[in-house]
Amino acid sequence: MSATTSNPSAGSDSQTMRAVLGFAAFGALLALVGFLQSWNVMLAIFNLCLISAVMALGVNIQWGYAGLFNVGIMGFAALGGVAAVLTSTAPVASAWQAGGLGILASGAVTLGVIALAVIAYRKLASGPLKTLVMLVVIIGGYFVIREVYDPAVAAIEADNPAQSGFLGGLGMPIMLSWAVGGVLAAAAAWLIGKVALGLRSDYLAIATLGISEIIIAMIKNEDWLTRGVKNVTGLDRPVPYEIDLQGAPWFTQLATDRGFDLVEGSSIFVKLAYAALFSSVLIAVLALCVLALASPWGRMVRAIRDNEVSAAAMGKNVTARHLQIFVLGSAVVGIAGAMLTTLDGQFTPGSYQPLRFTFLIWVMVIVGGSGNNLGSVLGAFFIWFIWIEAEIVGNWLMANATQFLEEGSALRTHLIDSAQHMRLFTMGIIMLLVMRFSPGGLLPERTASR
Amino acid sequence: MDVLNAITLFANFVFVPGLAYGAQLALGALGITLIYSILRFANFAHGDQMAFGTMVVILLTWWFQSLGVSLGPLPTALLALPLGMAALALYALAADKFVYRHYREIKAPPIRLVMASVGVMFVTNGLVRVIIGPDDQAFMDGERFIVRAGNFRRAMGLNEGLAIKSSQALTVVIAIALVVALFWFLNRTRTGKSMRAFSDNEDLALLSGISPQKVVTVTWIIAAALMTIAGTLYGLDKSFKPFTYFQLLLPMFAAAIVGGVGNPVGAILGGFVVAFSEVTITYAYKKFLTYLVPESLAPEGLMQLLSTDYKFAVSFIILVVVLLVRPTGLMRGKVI
Repeated sequence: MSATTSNPSAGSDSQTMRAVLGFAAFGALLALVGFLQSWNVMLAIFNLCLISAVMALGVNIQWGYAGLFNVGIMGFAALGGVAAVLTSTAPVASAWQAGGLGILASGAVTLGVIALAVIAYRKLASGPLKTLVMLVVIIGGYFVIREVYDPAVAAIEADNPAQSGFLGGLGMPIMLSWAVGGVLAAAAAWLIGKVALGLRSDYLAIATLGISEIIIAMIKNEDWLTRGVKNVTGLDRPVPYEIDLQGAPWFTQLATDRGFDLVEGSSIFVKLAYAALFSSVLIAVLALCVLALASPWGRMVRAIRDNEVSAAAMGKNVTARHLQIFVLGSAVVGIAGAMLTTLDGQFTPGSYQPLRFTFLIWVMVIVGGSGNNLGSVLGAFFIWFIWIEAEIVGNWLMANATQFLEEGSALRTHLIDSAQHMRLFTMGIIMLLVMRFSPGGLLPERTASR
Repeated sequence: MDVLNAITLFANFVFVPGLAYGAQLALGALGITLIYSILRFANFAHGDQMAFGTMVVILLTWWFQSLGVSLGPLPTALLALPLGMAALALYALAADKFVYRHYREIKAPPIRLVMASVGVMFVTNGLVRVIIGPDDQAFMDGERFIVRAGNFRRAMGLNEGLAIKSSQALTVVIAIALVVALFWFLNRTRTGKSMRAFSDNEDLALLSGISPQKVVTVTWIIAAALMTIAGTLYGLDKSFKPFTYFQLLLPMFAAAIVGGVGNPVGAILGGFVVAFSEVTITYAYKKFLTYLVPESLAPEGLMQLLSTDYKFAVSFIILVVVLLVRPTGLMRGKVI
């Protein structure tokens, strides 16, 4: 984590070289894909690289700055996806009529129950009476909430279930949801952090694992909110549709002037537009991260990370800083999650897999160099690239390696089918090897020369 | 009569399944707590290592079945169980040699070991999926039921039947035997005592000549045995699917923490607390209440506190409450 070089100034130079070389190598890889496969594929990979990089920056804030181990990245990314749906889809008037009032009422009742519980907790002297009152308030409150909530949910979900069956969103531009996703994820992180921070370091890991499973279960089952596993398709897009571009006079003009294929050109244009949007977010987040880490605040959090006891002795509030960092990092992950759903154009709760959304991001941060912002970006670029290309290479390798087996034999089909799972195995091996032999990662953390 | 019907219904759908599930969780939590207190990290690979051991058992079971070997009324998997335990022990020892030992030697903070276990989890998960595939596998054979619902109904003259699956009975019997053996080992044998000494105070244990390598090796072998047995029993009782085993991680951790991390008795208690909470909270009480209350008061809804889709929420809520109210757990485990 803290890689110190014997000669700081020389180390710094070689660091810059490493970064330049790393990004140049990545550019070369992309160009290779562009020439060998197609520029369309290249841009599709690159866009996801950008989103992964934002997510990895969020994780790096938590792990690299403060040593907080978050195993629930998937949940925070999914909250970003929820934000995309809730912000951009048009409100469903009939569903609001059917159960909107009930949902709002149950929300109000929930707040009331929580308020009552808090008052009871604060005002009553501890003893059996307090426990009893708390239990009655919480359990009784739960039944009252369900009494209001259940009919409202049933009414909403019965409203045209094939097409909608949910309340819809606010009908605002989807770009707004990126901020909303950050806020939602931050709120969830605050709740979790309040409970688990300040205890043993691995309790946070277990608690985040739990919250992410629950968030996924909620978005799969609360159909009134996000349609659950029925998915929400056709989300608003911040960029024009390919088909509209192909009909637009200025674009057809451009295509004939430059002499490119209209269909492929429109698809590349759309992807470029996405890439521009995502890069601006990435650059903004990266700049903020770099500035924060170089500021007095950055020195303080690194001091806390490296020695909590002495930082506390200097009067730093360790738990409060941890909570702050945990919330900030989760917010960045939420922003990336909303961006991902925007790029997909649809919200599919079934696609949230912990191995893809939590552990892959971890590999990115570790391989890139925990504590180094630029390193996380580079790690995200490379790992996403390998993740995508490994499937193609893996299938090709497995198909060739099983040449000697009979066509259609059970073993051969099994091996070819399992090629996709080799990716998990490879990623695990990469993570373990980097942790063991090069704990600093591709771009080790810069330690300030004094 | 209605009261008897209600009790039978409750026993059939809540008590018996909860008991079996609790025993499975308890075995898993015991392994977690053992690794926690002796190797000093939260083993995130636990669920997937369970899946690995169970996978070996399943493959051997299929092989035995193809050879026509069977245990009569008992599932063939029991025959394959020792081999599965041995295979997982070798795997765990290899993981320790190539991954964990380094971090122990450089005295890395526990969180690095946790991360390394995440890497092992990744690799194990990939291996299991490559070898046996990500799908459901059934490998239960032999006699399925000890008590059949229909027979019970006729014999007792009740409306409701009570079914006891042989896998449930096996789970409870094996779990009790295993726990007795484990406690005897930890409290009575020299190796067991040295493990406890090592967990209590590593430096003092080293000073008194306890070989750390031996303690680590024995711990992994015992943990591997517990994992394979817990995984196989769970697979016999429900079914084997790699992803389900990964998801078992949360209830198992919850059980270990609720009971008090590092405390074996606590792990067993925690396993049953989590299992019974999960089953009682996600059970629909409509029929149960219909038997007990007068017809006019019969409930209309399902009377289910929480849908089964949220069973993870139960272990999570228990975990949160314990962390808030009593972070050391019910049995006052030590905070390492």
